[in-house]
Amino acid sequence: MSNNSLVSIADYSKEEILSILDSAANFEVNPNRKTLDGKVIATLFFEPSTRTRLSFETAVVRLGGSIIGFSDAATSSSSKGETLNDTIHMVSCYADAIVMRHPLEGASRYAAEVSPVPIINAGDGANQHPSQTLLDLYSIQKTQGTLENLTICLVGDLKYGRTVHSLIMAMSHFHPTFKFIAHDELKMPDEYKVFCMKNNIPFTEVTELNDNFNDADILYMTRVQKERFLDLIEYERVKNVYTLKNEMLANSKSNLRILHPLPRVNEIDPDVDCNEKAYYFKQAQNGLYIRQAILSKVLNLNL
Amino acid sequence: MSTKELKVAALRNGTVIDHIPADKLYKVVSILHLEICEHQITIGNNLDSAKVGKKGIIKISDRAFEEYETNKIALIAPNAKINIIRDFVVVEKRPLSLPDEIREIVQCTNPVCITNNQPVTTRFHVLKLEDGIVLKCHYCEREVNRDKVKIK
Ligand SMILES: [Zn+2]
Repeated sequence: MSNNSLVSIADYSKEEILSILDSAANFEVNPNRKTLDGKVIATLFFEPSTRTRLSFETAVVRLGGSIIGFSDAATSSSSKGETLNDTIHMVSCYADAIVMRHPLEGASRYAAEVSPVPIINAGDGANQHPSQTLLDLYSIQKTQGTLENLTICLVGDLKYGRTVHSLIMAMSHFHPTFKFIAHDELKMPDEYKVFCMKNNIPFTEVTELNDNFNDADILYMTRVQKERFLDLIEYERVKNVYTLKNEMLANSKSNLRILHPLPRVNEIDPDVDCNEKAYYFKQAQNGLYIRQAILSKVLNLNL
Repeated sequence: MSTKELKVAALRNGTVIDHIPADKLYKVVSILHLEICEHQITIGNNLDSAKVGKKGIIKISDRAFEEYETNKIALIAPNAKINIIRDFVVVEKRPLSLPDEIREIVQCTNPVCITNNQPVTTRFHVLKLEDGIVLKCHYCEREVNRDKVKIK
């Protein structure tokens, strides 16, 4: 197996995370380089995710590399019953690294074990999506000037939302304070609260959004999906309670920035978009630089 | 030797696994792959036991087990006793210790785990936490308490 794979944010130490963020900042200054010249990167999307795939593919193209792959399982050999093991071995004959998204959890860890070339996990079911976490960290650092001692408000689906769980893990290196804002049905699972307690990370929990983020530096919004609710009447009742509107930001801190992994449904009213505190579109763009940094790291490229 | 110990025939050479809770006996048989073992095997179950209520016992003639094999038993029957017998005498009382990693015998409880959908050998990390023992899937990272573990 290739030890350079990136499967989970937990695979990277604090130092590695910081060095990826530094590297991404360099790519932001100049995203067009030819360091991947002559390299072939495979993007294997066993389930469609246009947003993530385009971001990775743009990262490759702007570094001068070429792309092979598929964008959904129907066009791949796995639809003919080929095992993941066989697909990975076949593709690694052609590609220098593999970016993979797969609906099965643990698919990426397994692929990294059997692959002779590095695997970059672009999402394995509800499990891990480390490039999202790294671009969140990059966005936080860029807007706040630091990752240390920040107050971060997590809002929405805190029960199933993998992005917020990974963010808690990754931020644990940097002395954060968390506020969890969610409906009772979607509140933060105990294991992450236990993780915070064990790591001396202070947190509070509330069930209403209102202006409960007035002391926050980062307001991290997530999608509240209808399917997550057992009681659909309850969903209809609460869906707008967690919608952020421009007027709710009146008393927030001047350095507050609003993040969202996108796509949004109705968690953020469009009237927030023109507020200077709205950062979610820039956040998505930061994904490009982070993915350039990840590709460079797994391929040991000198910058 | 008390009459209690004589309920299952004595063993000249081999391994005795005693004090297995009765409902775990056949799982121990399966973990050690005894269904394909060609040595003489005596199995007793639902015997009275002061320690575990109803217990099971397995005697395997002329066979020694590696520690990694007997340690698998620690997962489902942590209080079982392993005695190695030579010439009717117990020459080793082997303590059971749960390994840090368990391969193959446990099934992941996550239906969308790669190990439940493709030919992938399961692998679990054994986490010894303050409030009990938890198995964490190496692949999907789902955690399960020891008492809820599914043995294949
Ligand atoms: Zn699993």
